Amino acid sequence: MSQFLLSALLIIPLIGVALLVLIPRENKDVLRWTAFITTLVNFLVSLPLYFNFQSGAGYQFEEFAAWIPALNINYHLGVDGLSLFLVLLTTFLSAVAVLSSFSAITEQVKEYMALMLLLETAMLGVFVSLDLFLFYLFWEASLIPMALLIGRWGGERRIYASVKFIIYTMAGSALMLVAALVLYAWGGTSDLPVLLQTLDLPAWLQVWLFFAFALAFAVKVPLFPLHTWLPAAHVEAPTAGSIILAGVLLKMGTYGLMRFAIPLFPAAVPVWTPLLVTLAVIGIIYGALVALAQDAAKKLVAYSSVAHMGFIVLGIFSGGPQGMSAAVLQMVNHGLSTGMLFFMVGVLYEQRHSRLFSDYGGIWVKVPVFGVFFILAALSSVGLPGMNGFVGEFVILLGTFKVNWVAAAFGTFGIVLAAWYLLTAVRKLLFGPFNPANSGLRDMNGRELAIAVSLVVLFFVIGLFPQLFFKHITPATDALAERVNTTILAWR
Amino acid sequence: MTQLIWLTIAFPIAGVLFNGLLGRRLGHRVVSVVGPLMVLASFVVGVGAFADLLARHGEAVNVPLWTWAAIGSFEVNLSLLVDPLSVLMVLVVTGVGFLIHVYATEYMVHKDESGHAHPDRDFARFFTFLNLFIASMLVLVLGNNYLMMYVGWELVGVCSYLLIGFWYDRPSEEQAPIDLGEGAEPVKLPPLLSPAASGMKAFIVNRVGDVGFALGVFLIWTTFGTLQFADVFSQVPHMAEAMPAVLSWIALLLFIGAMGKSAQIPLYVWLPDAMAGPTPVSALIHAATMVTAGVYMIVRSNVIYSHAPGVSMFVAVIGAVTALFAATIALVQVDLKRVLAYSTVSQLGYMFMAVGVGAYTAGMFHLTTHAFFKALLFLGAGSVMHALHDVIDIRRMGGLKNKMPVTWLTFWIGGLALAGFPLMSGFFSKDEILAKAFEASPVLWGIGVLTAGLTAFYTFRAIFIAFHGQPRDRHLYDHAHESGPAIRFALVVLAALALVGGVLGLPAFLGLPHALDSWLAPIYATGEHAAAAGEHGLSLGLELGLMATSATVAVLGIVVAYFFYVVNPAIPRRMARSLRPVFVLLANKYYVDELYNAVFVQPGLKLARGMAQGVDALLIDSVLVDGLARLVGQIGRQVSRLQTGYLRHYALATFIGVLILVGYFFLR
Repeated sequence: MSQFLLSALLIIPLIGVALLVLIPRENKDVLRWTAFITTLVNFLVSLPLYFNFQSGAGYQFEEFAAWIPALNINYHLGVDGLSLFLVLLTTFLSAVAVLSSFSAITEQVKEYMALMLLLETAMLGVFVSLDLFLFYLFWEASLIPMALLIGRWGGERRIYASVKFIIYTMAGSALMLVAALVLYAWGGTSDLPVLLQTLDLPAWLQVWLFFAFALAFAVKVPLFPLHTWLPAAHVEAPTAGSIILAGVLLKMGTYGLMRFAIPLFPAAVPVWTPLLVTLAVIGIIYGALVALAQDAAKKLVAYSSVAHMGFIVLGIFSGGPQGMSAAVLQMVNHGLSTGMLFFMVGVLYEQRHSRLFSDYGGIWVKVPVFGVFFILAALSSVGLPGMNGFVGEFVILLGTFKVNWVAAAFGTFGIVLAAWYLLTAVRKLLFGPFNPANSGLRDMNGRELAIAVSLVVLFFVIGLFPQLFFKHITPATDALAERVNTTILAWR
Repeated sequence: MTQLIWLTIAFPIAGVLFNGLLGRRLGHRVVSVVGPLMVLASFVVGVGAFADLLARHGEAVNVPLWTWAAIGSFEVNLSLLVDPLSVLMVLVVTGVGFLIHVYATEYMVHKDESGHAHPDRDFARFFTFLNLFIASMLVLVLGNNYLMMYVGWELVGVCSYLLIGFWYDRPSEEQAPIDLGEGAEPVKLPPLLSPAASGMKAFIVNRVGDVGFALGVFLIWTTFGTLQFADVFSQVPHMAEAMPAVLSWIALLLFIGAMGKSAQIPLYVWLPDAMAGPTPVSALIHAATMVTAGVYMIVRSNVIYSHAPGVSMFVAVIGAVTALFAATIALVQVDLKRVLAYSTVSQLGYMFMAVGVGAYTAGMFHLTTHAFFKALLFLGAGSVMHALHDVIDIRRMGGLKNKMPVTWLTFWIGGLALAGFPLMSGFFSKDEILAKAFEASPVLWGIGVLTAGLTAFYTFRAIFIAFHGQPRDRHLYDHAHESGPAIRFALVVLAALALVGGVLGLPAFLGLPHALDSWLAPIYATGEHAAAAGEHGLSLGLELGLMATSATVAVLGIVVAYFFYVVNPAIPRRMARSLRPVFVLLANKYYVDELYNAVFVQPGLKLARGMAQGVDALLIDSVLVDGLARLVGQIGRQVSRLQTGYLRHYALATFIGVLILVGYFFLR
């Protein structure tokens, strides 16, 4: 079984879709539970990835089958330290997202749940593909279910947001396809491990191909100033869509940088690093400032993603294993923390149909349990030590400081702004005199508690024992940093 | 007990989980037992570690926990350091912490006229946070590396945030103007921030300092390749020769963190507003323990600071200026807790003056005695509030000594200790600082003595107004009553400590050992740095002279306060009238809050709005992104007009095309 583990992860959601097709659309609860159990099974099936992972052994759980033999394009799957936790994050957050939509989605449950499962397969495919074209296929495939989720189950301007989302990201990916074809023409294969071993591109070509790949990834991250599709999509998306969008889809961008752009074109890294680091730092400060000015909770969280993803890009281009490892972990952290914030905002929205701060205020009195979990989510996002966000941010900044103390200083200043806007959100929602418009608010129910508790437990596990994660991540980032540094030395 | 030192952290964490998860259901009586008990258990473990350490003659022991992270050259092994400094802090934190927990079991319950007890709505949450604070503070002082110090540092900050904003739904309060009598226009006072706003302010101002701390930690790692104290300190002497500037930068960046946490200029502004929290919180966090973390940090890093003389002098100057500055504001405050808050800022300044001139023991000595007498004073103020239905304005008090004899007497003891009255604990610790300051610079000493006089004056101004004279608010006075046994217990024990705490560090000329100095000796860099407090370069005559001066100044301050507020209360009003601009300036705290608001907060918010509306929504999204999309659409529409559908147009186009081609071939 273990040798087909990754294929199983891709297929189980599709089996779930097939089951959903067979269930009559009136049985909404059966549909919901079928979808949830599918995602839960997939999460459980993904756990052996962690427990059987051999630290530092390169690609594992590899699968290889000829797909288009004439063109030397193959079905090649595998995980390493870069992708391991993103796979686990995806299976976990997919279950969370499906469970969070039980009461929020009441129309066309069948189609909705089917799309969620299709989305899971596409996202997992992105993280486990070791073939360039297979990767591209999943990359583009993941757009369709998300665009439909926003466009059908979203808010008032859902069509605008959905179209913007799909066109913006597809336009970003267009150049990547061209670059992938160039790469294929040079290497004669689309197999990533083979390309990494055999490819010897001239530096000027690396610089341009890196640009083409990085552009696609930067849109997805999203890196300032390519980020404006994100708030639009987040505000209109249903809660579960936001959880997946912020939690997993954005990581495809930063993952792509580390999986493809940097190792394939190491000579281009020093050329583009100053620009990318600058944009990342601008994103940290800018995203935080714009978040501070928002009057709606969901938009605030959306812009906080711009700032937080800036930290990750900063870490990726810090040039050392510390920043890179922490960046990988921070992808997971951001997925969990921001996913939880979107979930908590969704719990309120479901009841009050408003995301404006001015419609809330002082509700901690009314919903004490909700308040505690909201504060925990906010503190995790603020980067409070003992919880997950701190580990990523602190080590990223520490790693960055060694090579670029100016960028690290600006990034560190970003933590002041993060405290400012997140505590403002806490204060506007929970503190102050009770706004009687919220008298009908109920506290969290068992289903919501299950989600919140599972997330918070992970916050603390990562925050207290990050080495459980770093031990698997670090060999991969070490190798990556090594690859870049030896190339740079060789070119000098 | 040394190997079990982790239990000091584990007990309060257990309390957090128990009271946090079950407290609401089990009721306030169970919470009242579990909360203080966990801290007492920590204290007992701390005493055990103390006894072990005594038997080991102060030899440090590391108690390893687990590997936090190991990424290439960045390796952090979490480990607890049991040494004289950390054990002293553990004893202060858990000892004073336990007393304050006991106190809070009564303070957080209000009894109505018929004697029914009404615990605070969030009684369990209060003790959950309070236990969490103790655990966090112990992480800060017990960690054997800068990462754990930073972790504890941030955690106590968040506890402070949560506890200042404990009554999160209370609004901001107006303060009644100060009447100067004789038809003079009353002096308006700025309104007090709401608890929620105060908590946020505290957290954000602290985070500004934390940026410095974090950068300092990064620089330590970049320079030394490790964050473990012992490994860093052993490399310092070598580094001091190789790269002295880097050491100074590290010292300066760490001190920026201390400015935030320990409320020094320019980051002190959050501490007075922190008084919006419940009084036990003010006593525990904002007087006795958390705010002294910066002093602890510098003493812990004494090896670095003693190799950065310039930065150390800067620390001393900031401390001295803060001490004087805050004391002047305290002169005119009408809110009893705020008098004490500014006094705390001022006394922390004293401690920084001490560590800045290299008198690390004196700094720790004052930290300890201050923990006793300032916690006592805050708890006394809380006892008054408890009796007066949360009234804290001294203008509505008066004559309370008859109603609350225990509170009055213990408050007097605390006041005498704070004022530096001879033979009280504060006298010895303050005196040691002043002597050391004199050695470094007579100017620092002068500022210190002046501050001491002001301290004695404002402390007794508050005491005379609140406890002596005639009741000013008859109704409040009639309902006032002495507090119950839990509050009295904490007051009496702390008063005893404030009385005799001086024995920890008796002056050298008495011929008795300076207990604290010999206790702390192992933590200091040996060789070039002479840390012994007893041995300074002053002659006996000079030392006695300095001592007599500060004693005189303290007594003088008390006497003046007596004349002003008991004998002839018209004098201070007359002075305020004639020096009105000065009085207004002080009453408005030098307008520093207004300044920061105008220079940092409002521009920050304006910038944020400008970015959101001007840059993000308009420039990037509408103009660039959607503009590009519109442009593409426009081009498409324009080009599509060529596709008219008329055959003749296509025929014409084909004809022109053929003409061009033919022409091209002919003319080539």
